[in-house]
Amino acid sequence: MISGAEIVIRCLQEEKVDCVFGYPGGSVLHIYDALFKQDEVKHILVRHEQAAVHAADAYSRSSQKVGVALVTSGPGVTNTITGIATAYMDSIPMVVLCGQVPTQYIGQDAFQECDAVGITRPCVKHNFLVKDVKDLAVTIKKAFHIAATGRPGPVVVDIPKDVTAQMAEFDYPKSIQMRSYNPVVKGHLGQIKKAVQVLQEAKRPIIYSGGGVILSEASGKLTRLARQLGFPVTSTLMGLGGYPATDRQFVGMLGMHGTFEANNAMHYADVVLAIGARFDDRVIGNPEHFGEEKRRIIHIDIDPSSISKRVRVDVPIVGNVADVLDEMLKLMDGGCKTDPEVADWWKQIDEWRGRKSLAYRQSERIMPQFVVEKLYEVTGGDAFVTSDVGQHQMFAAQYYKFDKPRRWINSGGLGTMGVGLPYGMGVLMANPEAQVACITGEGSIQMCIQEMSTCKQYGFPIKIINLNNGMLGMVRQWQEMFYSKRYSQSYVTSLPDFVKLAEAYGHVGMRIEKPEDVEPALRKAFTEHKDDLVFMDFIIDPTANVFPMVAAGKGLTEMILAEEL
Amino acid sequence: MRHIISILIENESGALSRVAGLFSARGYNIESLTVAPTEDPSLSRMTILTWGSDDVLEQITKQLNKLVDVVKVVDLSEAPHVERELMLIKVRATGKDRDEMKRMADIFRGRIIDVTETTYVIELTGASSKLDSFIAALDGGLILETVRTGVCGVGRGDRILKV
Ligand SMILES: Cc1ncc(C[n+]2csc(CCOP(=O)(O)OP(=O)(O)O)c2C)c(N)n1
Ligand SMILES: [Mg+2]
Repeated sequence: MISGAEIVIRCLQEEKVDCVFGYPGGSVLHIYDALFKQDEVKHILVRHEQAAVHAADAYSRSSQKVGVALVTSGPGVTNTITGIATAYMDSIPMVVLCGQVPTQYIGQDAFQECDAVGITRPCVKHNFLVKDVKDLAVTIKKAFHIAATGRPGPVVVDIPKDVTAQMAEFDYPKSIQMRSYNPVVKGHLGQIKKAVQVLQEAKRPIIYSGGGVILSEASGKLTRLARQLGFPVTSTLMGLGGYPATDRQFVGMLGMHGTFEANNAMHYADVVLAIGARFDDRVIGNPEHFGEEKRRIIHIDIDPSSISKRVRVDVPIVGNVADVLDEMLKLMDGGCKTDPEVADWWKQIDEWRGRKSLAYRQSERIMPQFVVEKLYEVTGGDAFVTSDVGQHQMFAAQYYKFDKPRRWINSGGLGTMGVGLPYGMGVLMANPEAQVACITGEGSIQMCIQEMSTCKQYGFPIKIINLNNGMLGMVRQWQEMFYSKRYSQSYVTSLPDFVKLAEAYGHVGMRIEKPEDVEPALRKAFTEHKDDLVFMDFIIDPTANVFPMVAAGKGLTEMILAEEL
Repeated sequence: MRHIISILIENESGALSRVAGLFSARGYNIESLTVAPTEDPSLSRMTILTWGSDDVLEQITKQLNKLVDVVKVVDLSEAPHVERELMLIKVRATGKDRDEMKRMADIFRGRIIDVTETTYVIELTGASSKLDSFIAALDGGLILETVRTGVCGVGRGDRILKV
């Protein structure tokens, strides 16, 4: 017999979890004690529980493995909510273990009591409260199973302190059967055949790829399919890297800040092959406007509720993206004939491309787009790039050309400022040799800045690219364009001296103010300071805006382009 | 459109709040909700009366199916089914109203299950519309309390919701 706390650790070992991100406290002291007595599962001590969850989330995003966070009851749990909701919106598999007050105190407003199951319920795939040590191992098994299968997502396991002290036999189930949970994997063959038929009839096709392609490890298959068909490919923010961005068939990201060619191609396509994407408001703009063009939509998604949610679909295929693409490729193996008129469609797309919608104005000052372009060059396009939320995030998505999946790590669905730095930590735990750049803004970075201390403790050599415009830039951009330049609370005064701040934490800081210094600074950071965390404070042109832009409520083709202002 | 959704769900603590939470988070309507364990005590059966367009109903059933504790979901109103609701209604029953109340209960095939000098409690079972009409038929001033269970229903014949 072993204690509940030891069972928790043994479960993690059985799940091959090599590290957990966490923060101790009263309710989890037994678990921390069990953690102390072994060294298979490493623990990364963050400086705020939100960061533990973000790091676990990025560990998963960058590796496909399930990320794990461990926190105490009460404030420990409440501090995780933003992190859990962020992972939930982007369907990231994650297990959050949290301490709870002893079972006999539950409901009595005990010290550091919080209804973890209740407070997390709307933002988890599932959650459990373990009331009996005999249920502990099987519950943790279920948690990992649920997190990683079907449409992935975060799962919370709430463990009262007395349960971690009680003794039980340890018996970890090899597999788990749940009558209420049986996610579909294989797509319906008849539907897949129909889809292939529709694709071959298409005259103006587009492949619209999303985060599901990355989550199901299907980018190789998507690439083969797209090449075989010769169709243009666009991607959502979450799907970037699912199809190589430097490939000729890639027309760029679509949506609110999508390219001119991607948005037009999406709008005017007669056949849309949507793969692991969900037609959300940031992607198709105004659904009525989108609905004005007639098109046939094929939608592959593991979650039936994502299909026909915002846009009516003609050929729904419920299944794991990788499995469905496999079947499609098999069906097309005997060679597939696509409609010759697709060549005319390409001519049209090239014309749209000629509009060069990502060209940006030059300035005496550093342009943020330029920094991202230089970062791309200096890192050979091969870095893991985490970002925060704001203009800098969009610049990163638009100008860093991701050729590989799981390299672009950002909060798409929830749009959580503050994720960038902890995301870098999670990436490095999963990929210790990786080059990691965190593209951020002076607003966002301050939302989890305390993690510079964690980075010092564990030697995370993240390169922080602070695109410092002294503004909550994205907010300022909307105020400039839609609120007659009434810059209400979007100006960040009293910024810290980031160089000194980095140094105070024991890192390297640089301030870069001139365009000609951008590249040398980046090179220095990635060579001379390869093993250091370098905080690069780029003082950029504060008036730079993100274009193209589809304003909220507008149609996809009603883009505001750079020169039109 | 009015729909009756039947759900088989694991009889776990918190299962009800997952369903109720889903409806409120996604802005779906709940007109009534009933839940109780089935002959297999590890399963509960829930019946939700809701309304919405076909698109909304499609989303409701898909989202319910997504809940990890939910075993099966069916929209009863898609095919022949029977539905019932139980109401207990306490009315003032004095003087000439006493006979009148008894008469009304008889007409609607209700039963008087509690009698005091001044009140009756009438039990009435039937389709919700029948309960509505009973309430409408009474003098509102005489109604002291109404308690309704909400609709429950079952498919006809071979339509069986079981694991
Ligand atoms: C936690 C959180 N609070 C508020 C917002 C709303 N918001 C979106 S972008 C933005 C400004 C971000 O500023 P900064 O990090 O400096 O980036 P910039 O847009 O200037 O590049 C804000 C406040 C958010 N996304 N997340
Ligand atoms: Mg800023």
